[in-house]
Amino acid sequence: MTSLTRSRDRKRAYRPPAPLGGRPRSGRQAPIALLFLLPALVILIAFVGWPMLSALRLSFTDASGFGIEEWVGLDNYVRVFTDPRILATLGNTAVYTVLFTPTALIAALLLALLLGNRKLIARGFFRTALFLPFIVSLAVAAFAWTYLLDPQVGLLNYWLRSVGIQLGNVLQDPTLAMPTVVLVAIWKNFGFYMVIFIAGLQEIPESLYEAAKIDGAGAWRRFISVTLPQLSNTLAFVIVFAMIAALQAFDQIYVMTGGGPYRSTQTVVMEIYQEGFKKLDLGVATALSYVLLAATLILSLVQFRFFGRREKDNA
Amino acid sequence: MTAATATAPAAARSTASRGRRRIGRTAERWLLFAAVLALTVIVLLPVAIIVFTAFKPAAEVNAFPPTLVPGTWTLDNFTKIFSDLPFGRLFLNSLVFAGGVTVFALFFDSLAAYALARLDFRGNRVLLVVIVASLMIPFQATLIPVYQLVAQLGWVNTFAGLIIPRAADAFGIFFLRQFFLSLPRDLDNAARIDGAGEFRIFRSIVLPNAVPAMLTLAIFTFVNNWNDLLWPLVFTTSPEMGTITSGLTLLTGPSGIIPYGTMMAGSLIAVLPLAVMFLIMQRRFIESVATTGIK
Repeated sequence: MTSLTRSRDRKRAYRPPAPLGGRPRSGRQAPIALLFLLPALVILIAFVGWPMLSALRLSFTDASGFGIEEWVGLDNYVRVFTDPRILATLGNTAVYTVLFTPTALIAALLLALLLGNRKLIARGFFRTALFLPFIVSLAVAAFAWTYLLDPQVGLLNYWLRSVGIQLGNVLQDPTLAMPTVVLVAIWKNFGFYMVIFIAGLQEIPESLYEAAKIDGAGAWRRFISVTLPQLSNTLAFVIVFAMIAALQAFDQIYVMTGGGPYRSTQTVVMEIYQEGFKKLDLGVATALSYVLLAATLILSLVQFRFFGRREKDNA
Repeated sequence: MTAATATAPAAARSTASRGRRRIGRTAERWLLFAAVLALTVIVLLPVAIIVFTAFKPAAEVNAFPPTLVPGTWTLDNFTKIFSDLPFGRLFLNSLVFAGGVTVFALFFDSLAAYALARLDFRGNRVLLVVIVASLMIPFQATLIPVYQLVAQLGWVNTFAGLIIPRAADAFGIFFLRQFFLSLPRDLDNAARIDGAGEFRIFRSIVLPNAVPAMLTLAIFTFVNNWNDLLWPLVFTTSPEMGTITSGLTLLTGPSGIIPYGTMMAGSLIAVLPLAVMFLIMQRRFIESVATTGIK
């Protein structure tokens, strides 16, 4: 920002008088614009646009990557929604999303509020320290947590046992495996959401809090009627972002459980990977991809609409 | 100052109560500090276990009861990771992959963003809407046809296959367009009067002023690709072409016995470049996250 203003000042000294109609009109820059856009457009069309159509076509076939592909109509979609094995992956992803989103958000908001408190000493240090997990890859985070929770030599498992909490082998436990892989994702991502919340909190005018205080509002009341509504845009963004991240859960599951035990952590993207690259059932894998895509689109649209309306109501 | 003008007893009383309040406040401050510190220590436990275990001898790694800090420090795990995996190669692959994607994507994204922000052509709006809409497409949804295409091009197990499909990115284009729009146009117009072509204006006026945004995007792109697992898993099948992230997963074999010591040494090396980058540029790093979040 400073470099911007500085260079503007420097140029101002010998800038010619502001040209009238200096900005070209009526689309006559089309050829040069095409040149600027060409590399990005070629890449995006080849590796996003065309694959979208290709995936749609594959989802109506029994393609395996080899030999003949037969048109099978809606069979793959019917399988996705009736085959209990595949249907379960949709359920698992839903459970993952429901566990991940609110927990990560509440943790992030809570820490953002603590770190936003001016009375806190060494706020900068804490912000840096709590953001650190975000630069660790999910795979590496998964390694660390696997070791910490190891039933024999895991430090965390040992500590918890010494205070009477018997976790056992969480990654082999069909009820605890899912919360564990969710925990790893929360650990990695909350710092990211926290930093966004801190920025959002700083945007809230101090005068609103002072007015609320004069009206006799306590801390909780100020949080409900000043912080939350003022933060609604940021919240909307983070909720959508967190849910979309949750729908794509893969890395730490691949490392920690491989989808087990008894497929209890087999999420949609795990299933796409296995159907598409191990079992080579491309039809089912792409049909499932389209379900993932539809879920992603619906979530973003619903959330933005909901928060857009609330914004208007509050205005 | 006000106390000086007040009567003596009143001044004494007010100083006393202010003192009490200050003690209350100090206690509150330290309590808050202690609480946040405790939370931070818990949060950083997995980081600590990576760092400490990397320097632990094998006997201590699998000892019971487990410990956090090594009794004796050793570099054995680091020598072992280089013999168990082609680790130097994996590190280089990660660097070329994440660095390559970052360089290409920044260049192509900024070119496209310049056209969308500064050039007048029919279809500008429509194109922007299409690009923003494509932001919502998760790459996992197109992974299979992208793989087929990369395979047809003969790019599996090559840097081309890893890098080129990601050489442009809808988010980057949108993000830079927003930033370019915020730059003043006076300079462009002045340069245009001087006879500068669009590419000159892009290169010598817009880009130098967009360094903060470019750096933000560069950090974001580099970190995401360095840490990605699914992408290298799909586009590389030979262990020689994997990245650090995908290579380390080879240590968790089906045998069920995980060599935690070497794994943590590998993990530490995987995290280190990003951690150093982060600690040097933490303001920029964190701000970049916050700005990409708000926009």
